This record gives sequence, C-alpha cells and structure tokens, in this order.
Amino acid sequence: MLKLFAKMIGTGLITEPPPDDATFASLGVDLKRSLTRNFRGSIAIRHVDAGSCNGCELEIHALNNAFYNVECYGVHFVASPRHADVLLVTGPVSRHMEAALRRTWEAMPNPKWVIASGTCACDGGEFGISYASCGAVENVLPVDLRIPGCPPSPTNLLAGLLQLMQKPVAEE
Amino acid sequence: MAGSEIQSFLNTCANANIPVGEPDSSALPPAVVISVSVHFWCQAARVAQDCGLRWCAFWVSPVGDNFDAFCVLEKSGDYLVLKTRTGKGESLPSQAPIFSAADRLERHAHDLLGIEFVNAPDSRRWTRHQAWKEHEFPLRPDFVDSPGQRGETAPDTEYPFARARGRGVIEIPVGPVHAGIIEPGHFRFQAVGEMVLNLEERLGYVHKGIEKLAVGRDPESLARLAGRVSGDSTVSHAWAACQALERATALEVPPRALWLRAIMAERERVANHLGDIGAICNDVGFAFGQYQLTRLKECFVRTSHATFGHRFMMDRVVPGGVSCDIDAAQIDTMTQEAQRLSQETAEIVSMLEYSESLEDRLMTTGRLTPEQANQLGVVGYVGRASGRGFDVRRDRPYAPYDRFEFAVPVYRAGDVAARAKIRADEIGASFELICQVLQSIPDGPVKARFPDIKTVCEGLGIIEGWRGEILTYVQLGEEGTTTRFFPRDPSWLLWPALEQLVQDNIVPDFPVCNKSVNASYSGHDL
Repeated sequence: MLKLFAKMIGTGLITEPPPDDATFASLGVDLKRSLTRNFRGSIAIRHVDAGSCNGCELEIHALNNAFYNVECYGVHFVASPRHADVLLVTGPVSRHMEAALRRTWEAMPNPKWVIASGTCACDGGEFGISYASCGAVENVLPVDLRIPGCPPSPTNLLAGLLQLMQKPVAEE
Repeated sequence: MAGSEIQSFLNTCANANIPVGEPDSSALPPAVVISVSVHFWCQAARVAQDCGLRWCAFWVSPVGDNFDAFCVLEKSGDYLVLKTRTGKGESLPSQAPIFSAADRLERHAHDLLGIEFVNAPDSRRWTRHQAWKEHEFPLRPDFVDSPGQRGETAPDTEYPFARARGRGVIEIPVGPVHAGIIEPGHFRFQAVGEMVLNLEERLGYVHKGIEKLAVGRDPESLARLAGRVSGDSTVSHAWAACQALERATALEVPPRALWLRAIMAERERVANHLGDIGAICNDVGFAFGQYQLTRLKECFVRTSHATFGHRFMMDRVVPGGVSCDIDAAQIDTMTQEAQRLSQETAEIVSMLEYSESLEDRLMTTGRLTPEQANQLGVVGYVGRASGRGFDVRRDRPYAPYDRFEFAVPVYRAGDVAARAKIRADEIGASFELICQVLQSIPDGPVKARFPDIKTVCEGLGIIEGWRGEILTYVQLGEEGTTTRFFPRDPSWLLWPALEQLVQDNIVPDFPVCNKSVNASYSGHDL
C-alpha cells in the first residue's frame, strides 16, 4: 500500500499539459468557459459506435486519460441516452446499426446535438455507401458538427466539442 | 516440401482410403495445399482432428459459376490448406460437428455466398440481420445493390436465441448499444440470481461489407482497407494483407522495411496491452492501475506519432514495404523509451500483483480450461493463458522474426488474472524485442515497387497480431485488382471462448471477463 501511495505522489498531477501541447490547454479552458455560458458547467455525451473499426473509440478513451482528463472541463460520458445532451457517433452507419442508432437518438431529451466523429462518420470514409453501409451519419440523423480525422486525435475531439459549444444554442 | 505434420496427415488419409490430391507447396506458401473432393471434405477434417491439427480458418471464393472452398489447419507451425470445388446449387458437408470453430465461419459463408452446409449443427443466420434478404447473397458476382431504393433498415428482432426455462431463471438482453465507449454487439444472458447459466452472443452489427468493398481495389487501396478491418490492429492487419499480396506476386520486400514493420507491430502490441490491463483494473474498480497504465500508453502513442506520423501507425505498412523511415536519433529515442517504460511497467505490474483486492477479483474469474481452449482452437494471449503456447512469430517465423530471440510466456490457469499476467509478460518481451530490432536495423530502401502483374494470383498472409494469429487471403485478377480478400481476425476464434468462460460467473463480472479476452467486433463482423 505504501508503494502505491509513493507511486501516486511520485506521478503527481500530470493533467497540466506539457509545453508542446499548449494549444490543448487553451482549448480546455475555452471549453470550460463555453460550458459555463451555455450548459451551466457540464455536458453529458452518449457515444454510439455505428460501424467504426474501433480506431475512433481508442481516441475517445484517451480523452479520459490523465493527460487530457476531459472530465475536469465538465465533459462526461454517460451510459443512458436519457441523460445525454450530445450524441457522439463514430463509424459509417452500418445498416445493421441503423435502427439502434435512430432509437438511441430518439431516446435523448431535447435539446440535443449530434456530432459525427471521424472521417467515416463525416463522409463514409473508406467504407462509403454499400449493401451493408449507409455511409455518413448525416444520411441517418441530422448532424450538428463534423470532426474529421482517421481517427481524430483527442486534441481534435476537444477542439470539435468547443466548436459545438460556441454554436448558438438551438431553440426547441 | 511437406512438413512432418502434413506428411503424417497424408499417411493417415491414405490409411483411411481418403483420396486427396498431390500436396502443392507453391500455390499458397508457407501452407501446403491439398485438394479433396466435396464428398471427402468432412472425412478429411476428421483425419485432421485425429492428427491433432488445429482448425484455423474457412472461406469461399466464387469462381465463375462454381465456388472454391478453403479450410486452413495447423500443427507445430506447419500450415495445411484443404481445398475443394463445389458447383452452384451443390452443398458442402459441414466441418462444424468436428471442429466447433467452423460453425460461425460456415454460417458467414452461407449468409454472404449462399453455400449450403449438410449436417451443420446450427443453421441459423449469423452475419445477416435485415440489410439483405434470405435469398440474396452479397458476395456473389451477380448480386445487385440498389442503395437509392431502400428505406430504413429494420431492427433484427426475430433472431431465435436459445432459451432457458425454469423457476428463477431470468433472461438479460444487453446491447447492441452498450453502456460504455465500446463497439456494438448483443449479449443474451440466462441467469439464476447473479450466476450466469448461459451466454449467447449475437454479432454482425458492424458488418460493413469489407469483403465486397475489397473487390476491384488495387493493392495500395486494399492495404488501406485492411488497415481498417480492426483499428486497434491496423499495423498487423495491413501487414497480413501486404504479406499476402507480396507472396502472391513473389515480391521481395527490402529488409529495412521488414524491420520497420516489426517495430510498428511490437509497438501496437505494447500499446494495446498497456491500455487493456489498465481497463481490466478499471472494471474491478482499481483506479490506480487504470490511471498509471493509460498514462504510459499515452506517452507511448505520442512517440509513435512523433516517429511515424500517426498515433496508431495507420497506413504506414504498404504493399512492397512501408511509407515511413526513421533516423539515428529516433532509434535512440525509441530505445531509451523502451528501456524506461519497460522498467516502469514492471514496477506498476508488481504493485498490481501485490494487491490482494485485485487478486481476489481476478483469480479464478472467467476461467477457460486448457481442455476447453484446445477444443475451441483458441489463439493469441487467450490461448497462451490456457496452456496453448502457439505464436506465429516463433512457430512459423516470418522475416524479420526469424532473426530474434524472444520469450513466449504460457500459463495454464486460464482465468482473468492469467490473461492479464500473460499480457504484462508480453509487454516486457516486446520491449526487449523492440530494442533488438532497433539495434540491428539494416540500411537501404524502405519500399520496393509493386509489380504490374496481369495474371490471376493468390497469396496467404499469416501474422501474429497483438490479439493472436491473423490469417489473410488475397486473390488478384487479370487486371491486377483484388478479386477476393478475406481477413480472418483472431476474434473469430476468441468470441466462442468468451461464451464458455463466463459461465458460472456472476453477471457483474461479465465486463472484466469480456475485457480480458477483448475480441474485436469490427474484425469479426467484417
């Protein structure tokens, strides 16, 4: 147990971004400001993999690691669509996931936003439209924001979220 | 020349009066191809089982109006391909009664190509949900897709799951959308109280038609697609596809490119293992392990980005070589990083091992016995945690692994703790390997020009990805473009293991059992 504590104290807080990542720091702080203005300090995201190769998921996971620590800006991932403000969709929408994706979106309370994350979600990417794929997310749901990248890095994801926050809040 | 295991298979076939063709070791090296008539398809599999061969893969290729069926078997690193030809409307005897691993790949072949299997233990659809009809077969050349005319795809609500009835038996449907940041799939549990009686998986939700999308692609574009079969294994899948392409066209890859591929493949292994051990800790509420190991993973992928220009090294393995190079300073950086992180990982892992609460949650949880593992033909770390020591890098080495010494850890406990421990050991072995590869990297070009070959040719790529053996078949046609691509991700063999190892565990331990196997949904659904 003592070893554990020694390691924790030795590691310290690493969320302070390293110097080469200054952009990320400004993004994070800006994000917090937008959140306070538009969302009273926090935003809940429900992620749905609608057909991704799992590359995008690795980077979304990374958002939660100690370096990016996205929760410290008030952004958190939730298990139920009923608790979510934002639907974060990755992958081209496979036809086998089409109904599940629509139902997840329908289960979210208004106002709600949809982010298409990753090149496949933005334009179908390497997979496009086929007998098994609907292609881009916008072919299935109304999309508010696109974050391209194969996969988008955690910094890009955060920059994307910020962009969404700065859009005027939709009146429902 | 046929290896000794193949020879013993041939002798046993001869003794059992099963007529087989001449062994051909030039068609799909390193495997030996043996043709057999449809009539003896099943008997040949039975002989293979008697000889102790492992069932690896099955796929079907349309040839005009006929179909060529391929089944890959392996023992002690000797690969054998059984091949047969069946006509339209004819059927194939199922090998699933002999090798249970054949079940889902045969059902996949039925859903996509309409091959009928005789005596199949399970005739339900597998990959097909509601995106195409029962009598449509997307991989057939005459399949017509009309995306403009279709409406919304219906949800797949009528799949006939196995049922359990009785006092106190409850059924728990989970998915396809899960609670976390994870790929989609459906799990149907039958439980009594908290105890899992049975788990049935229903996959295919992220089926994107990869095999069909590959048709008509040139080699470069095929490698890009292969790198997205399963994003966490992008290097190994691209390598397997490129190896198949290079073997098909007898293209010699420059040594420096092979060394660079090995560095990237080992980096992919380390990054995924670090993240997954962390996630296993997280699934039992041990935040310390998650925090520390994902921290190391992030440091590591940042170096990959700085060195290779991509955090997961996507699209760096290309036909004929690699699309990146490293300089002396980067070799130093990566060597020092490997030494430093290796030490730090060992330090953290030893702390995890001394944690009683972690031990209490992981040991004996999700146990896959060596007997079950053998019966299912499991590969990779799941196999190595249950006594099956197979590793393509050592047992059927491909360049540059034939030049290096490295440890392949094996345990027999088969529980979550053993799978976590194997992966920790493999991190250490990979760090040592990375140093060896970096120190011996030869000079020279990093890419050979891919030849313009205008004849039909085929190749087999076999790579030890971080999850286990990846086996990829590629066929090029007369235009030099792909006519058949089949990547068999190890997940095909790992998913059935999860169904077995979760039995008699409590439902709340399913996430940690699942994470300890970490089969790919995308790599399986194609």
